[in-house]
Amino acid sequence: MSKRRIHGPRRAIKDPRGESALFRGRAVAGFALILLGLLALVGRYAFLQVLHHDEFATRSDANRIKPRALQPARGLIYDRNGVLLADNVPAFRLEVVPEQVPDMKAMLAQIGSVVPLGDDDIDAFKKQLAQSRRFDSIPLKMHLSEDDIARFSVNRWRFPGVDVVPYLTRRYTFGARFAHVIGYVNRIDDNDLKRLDPARYKGATHVGRSGIERSYEDLLHGTPGYELVEVNADGRTQRVLETHAPIPGKNLYLSIDARIQKAAEDAFAGRPGAAVAIDPRNGQVLAMVSVPSFDPNLFVNGISSADYRALTTDPRKPLYNRALRGVYPPGSTVKPLIGLAGLESGLRTPEDTVVSTGQYCIPGTTFCRRDDQRGGAGRVDLAEAIEQSVNTYFYKLALDLGIDRLSHYMSQFGFGHPTGIDLVGESDGVLPSREWKAAHSKMPWFPGETMIAGIGQGYWAVTPLQLAHAIATFAGGGVPYKPRLLMATQDGVDAKVVPLPNPPEGPSLISSKANWEAIDKGMEMVMYGDKGTGRTLTVGFPYRIAGKSGTAQRYSRTGNSYDDRSNLAYLASRNRAWFEMYAPADDPQIAVAVVLEAGAWGSSSAGPIARHILDAWLATKGSKAPAFTPYSDPSLGDVPPLPAEDLPVAPPDGDTP
Amino acid sequence: MIRPYYMRMRRFIRRLMTRPRIDLPLALGLFALACVGLMTLYSAGDRSLSLVGGQAARFVLGGVLLLLVSRIPPSTLRTWTPWLYAGSTALLVVVAALGEGRGAYRWLDLGVMRFQPSELLKLTMPMMVAWYLHPRQLPPSWKDIAVVGLLIVLPAGLIAEQPDLGTALLVAAAGAFALFLSGMAWWRIGMLLAGAAAMVPVGWHFMHQYQRDRVMTLLNPESDPLGNGWHIIQSQIAVGSGGIFGKGWLHSTQSRLDFLPEHTTDFIFAVFSEEFGLVGVIGILLLYAFIIGRCLWIAMEARDTYSRLLAGAIGMSFFVYVLVNGGMVAGMLPVVGVPMPLVSYGGTSAVSLLTGFGVLMSIHANRKMHQ
Repeated sequence: MSKRRIHGPRRAIKDPRGESALFRGRAVAGFALILLGLLALVGRYAFLQVLHHDEFATRSDANRIKPRALQPARGLIYDRNGVLLADNVPAFRLEVVPEQVPDMKAMLAQIGSVVPLGDDDIDAFKKQLAQSRRFDSIPLKMHLSEDDIARFSVNRWRFPGVDVVPYLTRRYTFGARFAHVIGYVNRIDDNDLKRLDPARYKGATHVGRSGIERSYEDLLHGTPGYELVEVNADGRTQRVLETHAPIPGKNLYLSIDARIQKAAEDAFAGRPGAAVAIDPRNGQVLAMVSVPSFDPNLFVNGISSADYRALTTDPRKPLYNRALRGVYPPGSTVKPLIGLAGLESGLRTPEDTVVSTGQYCIPGTTFCRRDDQRGGAGRVDLAEAIEQSVNTYFYKLALDLGIDRLSHYMSQFGFGHPTGIDLVGESDGVLPSREWKAAHSKMPWFPGETMIAGIGQGYWAVTPLQLAHAIATFAGGGVPYKPRLLMATQDGVDAKVVPLPNPPEGPSLISSKANWEAIDKGMEMVMYGDKGTGRTLTVGFPYRIAGKSGTAQRYSRTGNSYDDRSNLAYLASRNRAWFEMYAPADDPQIAVAVVLEAGAWGSSSAGPIARHILDAWLATKGSKAPAFTPYSDPSLGDVPPLPAEDLPVAPPDGDTP
Repeated sequence: MIRPYYMRMRRFIRRLMTRPRIDLPLALGLFALACVGLMTLYSAGDRSLSLVGGQAARFVLGGVLLLLVSRIPPSTLRTWTPWLYAGSTALLVVVAALGEGRGAYRWLDLGVMRFQPSELLKLTMPMMVAWYLHPRQLPPSWKDIAVVGLLIVLPAGLIAEQPDLGTALLVAAAGAFALFLSGMAWWRIGMLLAGAAAMVPVGWHFMHQYQRDRVMTLLNPESDPLGNGWHIIQSQIAVGSGGIFGKGWLHSTQSRLDFLPEHTTDFIFAVFSEEFGLVGVIGILLLYAFIIGRCLWIAMEARDTYSRLLAGAIGMSFFVYVLVNGGMVAGMLPVVGVPMPLVSYGGTSAVSLLTGFGVLMSIHANRKMHQ
């Protein structure tokens, strides 16, 4: 037992029994207070867990369950035979959720040592960062290499809010070959965000920027789905709770035949120019080439500024779609249609003749223009005038028609306004008319301008597509079809291919079969007549071809010298060479227009390209391409043999459209 | 009779093993609580066995200390009391001197381990008050109250200055409970409380900005949901989403997905509430009430005033932990660093709490023999 030690003075005798009772009272009171406190605590917990349970359960779910947009797979693009032109391939990209990055500046500075970043990547990221909500993830670098992914995985802990995310990236199987037709997709930018439907594009990173990708964006994009994922406080996905699958975009079948496209591209051998081939029976575009081209794959995941600079500063302008936007004076290629206007208007019959003396002057004036041939071609009728491209005949015809009738008739064939092809960015071109001149000049219309309009010069400017469209419209008996690239759509790879009809825009523009035949005769004579410019182009072709060459000066002619074939390189630097063709002449199934930006003469420079396109078309019909090759273009020297490249060809059963 | 030192040691250990002087109900209550604590920690700590193992090791260490302290008779404790109190207060002064010019400084680095002197006061404070009141005539007079008040305010003030408001509160409460249990007249209690209430604005003036922020945040956590309000909001979401029956053991999403900060230490009770619901909360609060009640029972059976006051004060200050931590987790009280006793992960609090219960065991062993 302890000995009691007393500290301090005692004021009174202690009363152990009383103290014990007092303590007991206090202990009971204390315990009661404690129970009261615990009861208050229970009350508070009941308040949270019973009365407000629903609210907090919702907030707990909202904390951890986040909806995440699932991107629909973009529709695939095929050629008319099912050759895959645009594909989706899996890739990985680096994404950042700004909300979860403690120090953005430090992160951007450090992550470069793990995953190499270009200035472009960081610039694009910062731009998007400024426009995005803090909790939306923003791609930092697309198309990571395997090394990048491996290095990042090891260092992931250092970068909260940064993650590697799989996605499907667009791949253009044939690279440059279809760049001007299919175009490309690329990263959505701030302007896109303003115009795109936020519901359909939630979480989307790419949008069609040009070509088919742009004009059929609506079909290709599809409808996004979403999934509910459980995330932790860092926003990292823990697991997927629920999935609502996206609806992929429609697959597109283009009317382009990849084999004809290849032949056309190859035939240019890199020389700038454009070619368009159209089926006159329905307006379907069989080939559309603009040379030079570019690799659209560069643009898909953000082109580097070096690559972009190289493309934009290239003097040959590879980004420029010559087929769609390039405008060139059509020269003699419009003569058959002017002749047709003469017949249709009743001013001419096919038998009417004109004497070409080498020069034609507007009666009563001194405004004179020459024929291409020194001394003229003598007396020629319409077919001969087309065969020999006799300027005098068309000078006179144009003056007789007058500019108003001429431009009205030409306008029906699609000149002076977009053809309405299913691509964006088509040029109007220029069809000479009083209205056009009034809008662009203070000067009145001069008869001399009418005269030179008759041979495709003066204000005339057409796109290769317009000329191909016009000649296809003629070849198809005058029935106007809008040029069409999209032939059919498909909901999924296993679904039925649904063809898209392309009804004609109106009745035939040609009133009688005889008129058509008269012009056709002239165009066949170009190819087969003794004096035709296209004589060499028909060798070995099993069907009859009708065509017309055209050579337009890039600069107005000065001096009085006649061009001859002695200085071809000089001429090539000054001329645009055209050739238009259709075949078979008695039942036209393909119409082609070719322009070579620097071609000495239409027939010798552009003509062989057109013929190659016809050969390729013939080969697709099952006949072997005839042995027309090799052709030579003296302005170019010897064209090196083209690289042999095997095209994927659709299976022979061939029920693809 | 002087026996060799080792002989005494051997006898002490043999008695410790063969005749432990413990109160079985209290021991069982503490054991049950420790088991619940380890179970919750396993879930809150993402099933980390090393975390649970570490905590279990601390429980074992605390248990050994409990057994050792239970062998020390209350009279001996009473003899040591002034020295223990003076020593621990002196350590506080040392800490205050060392921590000059730094932010929060609570630790004394002993080289091998870090040691928080304020933890000692949780025990020495009620001991000192009990020691002072033990020889006085009770209920205490104004003079005795003033002296006790001084004994309380001196160390509590030093701790609050560290600043560690939570521990200061616990230390002051332990002393105040001893005073309350000594039978201090109700009207005097009322007057003191009224005086304290009047001092609140003055106290507010002396509080640190972050402490004021915590109070303000409590009043309106949504004003800063990602900053100061985060703890309160996420903790309430955890508690509220638990519902009546809870999400089940190991199914706390708030903790598993790291939305809940400090989910193994100060906010572990939110994890418990989320997983076991209101039913679990009531259950564990009943367990706490049982332990506190048992402490007061032991106090009532104690032999002398010192033992009575000490045992009662330790039991009642145990309640302060539960109230402050439980209130904080439920968004009733501001965020202060008070752990949920024997549930929160953390060394010193478990060890010091079990040491305190060792004192209770000793008092129980030396209780009054019944008439």
